[in-house]
Amino acid sequence: MPERQLITGNEAAAEGAIAGGCRYFFGYPITPQNRIPEYMSEHLPPIGGVYIQAESEVAAINMVYGAAATGAWAMTTSSSPGISLMQEGLSYMIGAELPCVLVNMARGGPGLGNIAPAQSDYWLATRGAGHGDGRCLTFAPFSVQEIYDLVGQAFPIAQKYRNPVMILADAVLASMREPCALRDRLDPPEEKPSWAVGGDQKGRQRNIVNSLWTDPPVMEEVNLRIQQRYREAAQNETRWTEHGADDPEILVCAYGISARICQTAIEHAAEAGVACRLIRPISLFPFPTEVIADWAQRVDKVLVVELSMGQFIEDVRLAVAGACPVELFGRTGGMLVTPEEVAERIIEIA
Amino acid sequence: MAETKLAESVYKRPESLTDVQMRYCPGCTHGIAHRLVAEVLDELGLKERTVAIATVGCSVYAYEYFDTDAVQAAHGRGPAVATGIKRCQPDTIVFTYQGDGDLAAIGLAEVMHAATRAENFTVIFVNNAVFGMTQGQMAPTTLMGQKTTTTPQGRSVEQGGYPLNICELLAQIPGVAYLARETMTSPKRIRQAKRSLKKAFQAQAAGLGFSLVELVSSCPTWWHMKPLEALQWIEDVMLEQYPLKVFVDKLAEGQ
Repeated sequence: MPERQLITGNEAAAEGAIAGGCRYFFGYPITPQNRIPEYMSEHLPPIGGVYIQAESEVAAINMVYGAAATGAWAMTTSSSPGISLMQEGLSYMIGAELPCVLVNMARGGPGLGNIAPAQSDYWLATRGAGHGDGRCLTFAPFSVQEIYDLVGQAFPIAQKYRNPVMILADAVLASMREPCALRDRLDPPEEKPSWAVGGDQKGRQRNIVNSLWTDPPVMEEVNLRIQQRYREAAQNETRWTEHGADDPEILVCAYGISARICQTAIEHAAEAGVACRLIRPISLFPFPTEVIADWAQRVDKVLVVELSMGQFIEDVRLAVAGACPVELFGRTGGMLVTPEEVAERIIEIA
Repeated sequence: MAETKLAESVYKRPESLTDVQMRYCPGCTHGIAHRLVAEVLDELGLKERTVAIATVGCSVYAYEYFDTDAVQAAHGRGPAVATGIKRCQPDTIVFTYQGDGDLAAIGLAEVMHAATRAENFTVIFVNNAVFGMTQGQMAPTTLMGQKTTTTPQGRSVEQGGYPLNICELLAQIPGVAYLARETMTSPKRIRQAKRSLKKAFQAQAAGLGFSLVELVSSCPTWWHMKPLEALQWIEDVMLEQYPLKVFVDKLAEGQ
């Protein structure tokens, strides 16, 4: 019987990582995710793990790079401005085909912004990962339980695709407290991957972790291998939930905290006589393109709700591919939407 | 039948170096520095448990030359990457190989904080007073008045500030276990440099903390000098700014 505890999203991210097998954490303080490194500093050393407070987010992601190169299950967490600083390291990790998990408890921006909830890191999370032709596999939880579950699941996914996995949440999910079912903590696998550096090198070829390929045909080959992994991830890791009317007029698309708000909003809209269906992508990259494309054929309009001014909507539009009009309802700068506002907007466009 | 005594090998490539042609310019001291590090790894029997960290600059291909496991790091981030490796595998011997652009400019925070945390790895710091790989621009270690492609009139305080002495900065940090500045301008100096490199790795193997050996090095190409002139310029000019010294030696203290 799993133990249920009332914990914050930050604590769920930290404990979810430990439960999933993570034993190495490198981070730098930034609000609203400080409870994660605090939790790790308390809980990792007693179980033989390592917590290091880096001198910057730049250093933190590079410590993760080094840890990942040894085959260790390592992670870092931050919030928007810190994630900006980690872009270089993510690009190198993708190029070197190294796995890691990072959590972004996103806050309002651009610039120093504020510490209120925002989804304006959508592009950073799904297109970012620094320079070059790589991306993070990105998952967006919408509850404390889902943060816990997804962070734990992210480690084997990162290992499987040898690519960083980002868990994208926000300041509300970071701070809110909900009951969460906790599992036993898993041990990370003892066997190191064949490509890992360090340890005893007797009797094996030396391993080199590297993203420098000066010969373009070789670099292209590496990039095509990475793209092939993304296609496999699209086959295996695409996740979403959907619910609401079976014969909707309006398809509502939202992820993370916005989707949570939209659950109530579509009930309000139904009461006002507008039938809606809500699709909530859990994986943002890979994106659940097909399910949105299918529903777009059967509705009058699509409403995209996001805490940013038209980032997530681009993936929805690519899926809809002109099948019907796609409208945006966005708030920005740390502002939330209310269920009433969303319902009003649904009724307006219906 | 009389036994024939075959020629005895007295000098060969160290086991810890690969048999590939290095890409360094003629007369550059990187080759000597690589060889010294490799000889030390051989002599201490560390080859099969060492991870070399190549950084960005002329030595970006160091992973092709050191015949050990290796990781290529982003510009300046070697000490952060080394931290990650060493913290996960404390028994692995880890060293970074960094130039003065990599370590003293973009990577200053990483190296200082690695020393502050007493991270137990070794830094080989090759200081040739220019950004060599990018064709000879000013580095933090460029001497006053030194002409580079971005200080065509010579480095001035107004434009480029003062040279940065890394060892003197690090010497104040308690987490440092071994710290020395050496050069490779003569056989005697080369032997001394090797002694320091060996002590740095011994300090790491003993778990004493952070170790760094600065090697005052030549860049004939971007100094626009012949190789021997470049070595003479180190002796006559660079060592004034960067005097040779063993700054910290906790191995000796422990004896």
